[in-house]
Amino acid sequence: MYVRLLGLVAVSACLAVPVSAAVALGDAAGSYSISQAGSSIHFTIGKAGGGGFDGAFARFKGAIRIDNGDVGRSKVDLTIYPESVGTGQGRIDAFLRSDAVFDAANSPEIQFRSTSVTRTSDTSALVTGRLTARGKTSTEKFTAELDGLKAGTIKFHVTGKVLRSRYGMDVGTPLYSNVVDFDMTLTGKRG
Amino acid sequence: MPAAIINTASRYGWATILLHWLIALIFIGQFLLGFVMVRLESQRIAFELIQLHKSFGFLLLGLIILRIAWRLGNAVPALPSSIGALERRTAPLAHLALYAFQLALPLSGWALVSVSTLEIPSMPFNLFVMPNLPLAESDAAEGFWASAHWYLAYAGIALVALHSAAALRHHFRLRDSVLTRMITPSSGGE
Repeated sequence: MYVRLLGLVAVSACLAVPVSAAVALGDAAGSYSISQAGSSIHFTIGKAGGGGFDGAFARFKGAIRIDNGDVGRSKVDLTIYPESVGTGQGRIDAFLRSDAVFDAANSPEIQFRSTSVTRTSDTSALVTGRLTARGKTSTEKFTAELDGLKAGTIKFHVTGKVLRSRYGMDVGTPLYSNVVDFDMTLTGKRG
Repeated sequence: MPAAIINTASRYGWATILLHWLIALIFIGQFLLGFVMVRLESQRIAFELIQLHKSFGFLLLGLIILRIAWRLGNAVPALPSSIGALERRTAPLAHLALYAFQLALPLSGWALVSVSTLEIPSMPFNLFVMPNLPLAESDAAEGFWASAHWYLAYAGIALVALHSAAALRHHFRLRDSVLTRMITPSSGGE
């Protein structure tokens, strides 16, 4: 009796899942490589007295693997090349690449490796992982929102806040906030 | 107010003396800091030192405004009677030039950070945000004020050297009280 009741609950739960999400999940499972075309990694740092400055990384690579049936076993890897940072102001770019911030010559890669993915809604997940920059590794969390899925292409809008002091990049605080706001669009191509 | 704080017709008071030496110390320190901070290899240390230079620059500006107000509202001690007619006429001009440089230097630095296209805020000693001067930012304006600040700094330090040499001449050659009365009020009375 209990078993049959449990089965009924399970079926009801499945029916309660919106059709779009069910379709999205079923279709989304697979491996994707992050393509620079259609992807962007923007960041904003607040400034004392208001405003802030924006930048973006032009070069990065990565992979997204969405587990069939168990989103929690999905994986995200992302490698960013800090040399490609751009803010629209050449002197600031040079400063960011220098030993003052990224030290791109000695630490040419910023890496993120997910350690867990927790579904938070039909189309969103909390991605926790290890972020490594300038030889320092720390745990960070990002929110990923499914933004589109069609013909072997998957698109996520990813946001998160990172404390730059954890990576030896606290130059200019408190003039410039310690919190770096990331706003990324990651487009993955199946295969 | 205790009498030794304010100036009298024959000697400087402690307020003038302290302001003079405090400003002298910061002014010379700022010159050295400015000289070093633009020649560093490490951009990180350079950035932090430039912010420190800005902090002391704003402190200097405040102290100089205070000093000018104090000077205007206080007696100016007469020069020792031994001083000749030429120096009696040129010394006030040299002092006026020193005041002008003390005011112009921090103001030109403030103008420089205000027009800079880097838009780095000013936060003296991380205490509060100092607004920019209402000047339009541009690379050209930044270049102009950077040069102005540079020339004023070198001319200012040359004037400080001249002023110091004159003070030493008074003390060691002329053996009058011009230097010592700027060290302690008790040396002023003649």
